[in-house]
Amino acid sequence: MVYKRVDGRAFDEMREIKAEVGVVPRAFGSARFSFGSTTAIAAVYGPRQLHPQHLQDPQKALLRCYYDLASFSVAERKKPGPTRRSYEISKVTEWALAPVVMLENFPNAVIDVFIIITQADASTRCAGINAAALALAHAGVPMKELVSSVSVGKIDKQLVVDVCKEEESYEEGEGATDIPMAFLSESGKISLLQLDGKISPEELKKAIALGKKAAKKVYQEQIKALKKVKE
Amino acid sequence: MSEEKRKIVVPGETITTEPGYLPGEGTRKEGNAIIATRFGLADINEKLVRVIPLSGVYMPRKGNTIIGKVIDITFNGWLLDINAPYLAFLPISECPFFIDKTDLTEYFDIGDMIIAKVALVKHRGIDVTVKGRGLGKIKDGLIIIINPSKVPRVIGKGGSMVNLIKNETECNIIVGQNGVVWIKGKSIESELLAAKAIRLVTEKSFIEGLTEMVQEFLNKG
Repeated sequence: MVYKRVDGRAFDEMREIKAEVGVVPRAFGSARFSFGSTTAIAAVYGPRQLHPQHLQDPQKALLRCYYDLASFSVAERKKPGPTRRSYEISKVTEWALAPVVMLENFPNAVIDVFIIITQADASTRCAGINAAALALAHAGVPMKELVSSVSVGKIDKQLVVDVCKEEESYEEGEGATDIPMAFLSESGKISLLQLDGKISPEELKKAIALGKKAAKKVYQEQIKALKKVKE
Repeated sequence: MSEEKRKIVVPGETITTEPGYLPGEGTRKEGNAIIATRFGLADINEKLVRVIPLSGVYMPRKGNTIIGKVIDITFNGWLLDINAPYLAFLPISECPFFIDKTDLTEYFDIGDMIIAKVALVKHRGIDVTVKGRGLGKIKDGLIIIINPSKVPRVIGKGGSMVNLIKNETECNIIVGQNGVVWIKGKSIESELLAAKAIRLVTEKSFIEGLTEMVQEFLNKG
């Protein structure tokens, strides 16, 4: 049984959140988002013309996400280029964001979202989704609302919010379970829910409730970041 | 225009829940609530609520004057890049002069910049026209590209800002609604000064008393 978290946080406490928009000047919109030392940078290009033409959809725009870890973001150097893991995360990021982006306004076009993790300390996909939502808003893309994401973990028997790398690698007792989730910021609907590990249905419900509460705090930080800009 | 301070809103933020308001651009209605769908400044004018975007791409509207670049020639017209998610088409029937169809490059060649007016926005494609005063090929001068959402600020109330720059630098300036700006002056120096002034307006678009600032900048230059 764990009584205390490695970094001394309360069980429902997230690491320090930092958010900022406008970090990539050449992009249509961009943002940086950090949970403690996990840092993601997202840049949005578009809506713009989509080539090759056979990918075009006359009913709506294509949302194309690209997620990757920078080779220096992890302790052991990551070989540059996409991996099986990064393809999967790109895809789930797309699915997490698609419900809020009003793609039907831009038929045949594409909106490109690039997410690079510059420092990885677990919960990178959550930081990536938060940064991407900010970058899309900053790019002036019409959206129904924002998306806020957070991970909930079960370390042995204890539910914790915003898992860090050390907790993720916990192996004693019941081991570590990692549940990244994303919520539509205002309506609270779930747009991402993944699970790596073991958890009972009752505990999963508790975990989602914890995540929802934490996502609200993430949303406050996102609003703050957007309202800071005057440009 | 309401002069009360405009609030920055984020997508999903409720602007007002009072009944009787109409949702304008960048908003949607859910019951009585008017909710922002874009990041920008909430503006309530009479009963119309809209969001003035701070960023974003240019979406063509009928009647807009825009500046485009010829990127392709087809058998019956030209394709223009207009700094938007879509290309625009200029058919030969929308040219005010007689056209010999054998060689369209004689009139507009690839790479030429054209001042045009949006004639039609359909589901599939945008048609533009060069029939009208001041429309047609640009032969000389300077082209700069600014953020399309800053165009209203560059033009100013009733054209006040652009007229100030025009008078001070003695340049002819045409601001396309798509963010492409054409500057033509007597000398390159004056054109560059005008370009700098326009850049200044886009960078400091939130500062109050911007007109005075630009005036000062131009006097120095």
